Amino acid sequence: MDNIVDLSRFQFAMTAMYHFLFVPLTLGLAWILVIMESLYVMTNKEIYKDMTKFWGKLFGINFALGVTTGLTMEFQFGTNWAYYSHYVGDVFGAPLAIEGMMAFFLESTFVGLFFFGWDRLSKVQHLGATCLVAFGSSMSALWILVANAWMQNPVGAEFNYETMRMEMTSFADVVFNPVAQVKFVHTVASGYVAGAMFVLAISSYYLLKGRDIAFAKRSFAIAAAFGIAGILCTIVLGDESGYEVGDVQKAKLAAIESEWDTQEAPASFTLIGFPNQEEQRTDYAVKIPYALGIIATRSLDEEVTGLKDLLAEHEVRIRNGMVAYGLLNKLRNGDKTPENIAAFDASKIDLGYGLLLKKYTDNVTDATDEQIKMAVDDSIPSVAPMFWSFRIMVGSGIFMLFVFLFAFYQSARNRIGENKLFSRICLYSLPLPWIAIEAGWFVAEYGRQPWAIAEILPTHMGVSTLSIDQLMFSIISIAAFYTVILAIEMFLMFRFARLGPSSLKTGKYHFEQLENKQG
Amino acid sequence: MFDYETLKLIWWVLICVLLIGFVITDGFDMGVGALLPVIGKTDEERRIMINTIAPHWEGNQVWLVLAAGAIFAAWPTVYATAFSGFYVAMMLTLFALFFRPVGFDYRSKMADTRWRTSWDWGIFIGSAIPPIIFGVAFANLLQGVPFTLDEFLRSSYQGGIIDLLNPFALLVGVFSLMLFVLQGSTWLQMKTEGALKERARKVSLIAAPVVCALFAIAGIWLAKGIDGYVLTSVIDTNGPSNPLLKTAVLQSGAWLTNYDTYPITMVAPALGLTFPLLAWFASKKDCNAAAFVSSSIAILGVLLTCAFSMFPFIMPSSLDPSASLTLWDAVSSEFTLNIMTIAAVIFLPLILLYTSWAYFKMFGRIGKAFMTKYKHSAY
Repeated sequence: MDNIVDLSRFQFAMTAMYHFLFVPLTLGLAWILVIMESLYVMTNKEIYKDMTKFWGKLFGINFALGVTTGLTMEFQFGTNWAYYSHYVGDVFGAPLAIEGMMAFFLESTFVGLFFFGWDRLSKVQHLGATCLVAFGSSMSALWILVANAWMQNPVGAEFNYETMRMEMTSFADVVFNPVAQVKFVHTVASGYVAGAMFVLAISSYYLLKGRDIAFAKRSFAIAAAFGIAGILCTIVLGDESGYEVGDVQKAKLAAIESEWDTQEAPASFTLIGFPNQEEQRTDYAVKIPYALGIIATRSLDEEVTGLKDLLAEHEVRIRNGMVAYGLLNKLRNGDKTPENIAAFDASKIDLGYGLLLKKYTDNVTDATDEQIKMAVDDSIPSVAPMFWSFRIMVGSGIFMLFVFLFAFYQSARNRIGENKLFSRICLYSLPLPWIAIEAGWFVAEYGRQPWAIAEILPTHMGVSTLSIDQLMFSIISIAAFYTVILAIEMFLMFRFARLGPSSLKTGKYHFEQLENKQG
Repeated sequence: MFDYETLKLIWWVLICVLLIGFVITDGFDMGVGALLPVIGKTDEERRIMINTIAPHWEGNQVWLVLAAGAIFAAWPTVYATAFSGFYVAMMLTLFALFFRPVGFDYRSKMADTRWRTSWDWGIFIGSAIPPIIFGVAFANLLQGVPFTLDEFLRSSYQGGIIDLLNPFALLVGVFSLMLFVLQGSTWLQMKTEGALKERARKVSLIAAPVVCALFAIAGIWLAKGIDGYVLTSVIDTNGPSNPLLKTAVLQSGAWLTNYDTYPITMVAPALGLTFPLLAWFASKKDCNAAAFVSSSIAILGVLLTCAFSMFPFIMPSSLDPSASLTLWDAVSSEFTLNIMTIAAVIFLPLILLYTSWAYFKMFGRIGKAFMTKYKHSAY
């Protein structure tokens, strides 16, 4: 059983992180295309049309893999997380279905017109199509993040013992979940950063090579302006305010900071150190006074709860969860007296904590103190991976802030490309958004452990009834497919990025000019 | 807004609509892909075929994505049980579907012959395999699926992949592929010209009678040789959704009872039988649009036949018929169905509107002149 859970988790992590290699670029590049095409419609200059078409070509190469890997995500809840799908589908499924109706349909229909409608639509109509692709992709992210935020902070739903699942009680609560709000801004803005960095880096490459300068400078300036807006949104309206609500979000925050003991307010921020899970302390910590309290609570007098206190709270909730589980069994066996129903309703908030014991004893109610101790230890994520990946994310983010600031300053002074060293820095910063984004998702989802749905459904309960063979078959096949198509995608990306706007075959750009001269 | 019983019915109808929408629209994309190595003799012809669907296939595929999403949201127990039960089949469908987005976009990016030929086969696999698996899956739903539900409503599938591939299922798989091919060939009749169009017409003239014959054979087989399921207890259609609160049994001829009770439902198999013939007739007369419309109506008839035969069952269990999933007891809560209905009422008309606009804008046949003009920007 443990192996099934581990393999299922591995497959999900692999496919989700892979999917998110392509999503951010779609999110960001789509809006950059809108900016470029708007300039074309306003100024009527062909170069902006060429820019839209060229960056659109790269957009298409990326978009194809986004769609491919997105299919896996949609199938996978049902194929590999069947009990999860049954248990929370009533709540979790709705935003996914609405995403399809409202966003993905829009995006997919108009992406066809974006590529093939240049001569069929009027200029303004075509710009409209491009806008709807960008709008659709961001809306798509909104609904997916509403669903994801519900996993982190499951509001607006209640357990129903007659149907043995969670059921939605307030759609507004699910949509306006505070975690969803900040997650949406943070994630979508980080996608905009990825799009901007992509254009900035590749434009810098042309500048370094001294090719298609006018094309590259214009692209660079748009990317710099869009990037600075994106990175500021990502950092300022960042994720941290989402850590105030919900027990699991608190545990995540404490793990990120390796905050074992609750400090007096305002808490200091551990800049760097070595988390030690066994001894429950942080070795060699370098701390900045007040910083954490201000970042996490935006105040000087609120506490940030430490992990030790959270663990103590979890033990109480696990013991209460055992009671809830016992009452649920009574109800299921038909003993539906009003007293039992009332008692169950009073304790069902901790039913999920009781289910944490399922890993150790199927019967839950007969758990020994030792088993309870193990379940309590499970109830927080491993600190070190959280601590480090958070710092990778923030470090990359801050570095990119400086890159965009300087790029923006250069374009404002009309000195794009004059500083070779900076152009090189821009070029080699290309992977940073992806590193930051993947690290960020790791923090968000690994930090949710041991839960699939925070405080409601432990991850180990969510899996399908499958065999090891089935999982090995799917993991190996997906890994093989994904490796091959990633190699092909990278090959095409590099090829067309190197070729630049000459790939449009307009005859106006570097390589074709070169051929003409030689010819 | 509506009572729970009505909402459950609405979602049965809506999911039928989404699946029919998928087979009609993405059906011709897959049909074209499956015909790519068959009637596309040269690279240019294959490019023409691909470019007839290039602006639309992405949107069309969303019918499938949306159908899966709607099943997740409206029938979570079905989504969980079917997707995990058919695990290997689902994975194979997924892998096949991988080929299309990359195939369509990447094929034209390089002129190398080997590169393009490889993608041609990729697109072929991505277009021909899913229809077969869908057919096999629906046939298995009609035969009942060996799964059980425990008291916590955790499902386990007890069969193997080989059990899925029984003779009836294989027949329906081939039938399904032919249905998609008919849809694809009638689309190509409408959208191409010259020799390519003539070849598409020839395919339609063969596929249409085959579809009709296979549908008839499958129908007779279903009526005579495959036992259906009936409910043996009253289901509280307004009650909580839990499949274990009712009883059901296997009974021969049970899949025909709805046609006795509601004779109007006979329309569905009638459409499924006659419209392939009309598609044949229209192809013969070179009325290309009429052929396409007839083929689309045939799809409607075929899928409705499947839905009407099984109503109210969605996924019967052959191991424990009482655990079968029906549209009354494998669904979401009343609250969620209400929310989803509101969303569908707002967005489905919008989808139909802008999709039609996209087709309207891209109207017209594609031929050699088009490929010469858009040599560098088309797929």
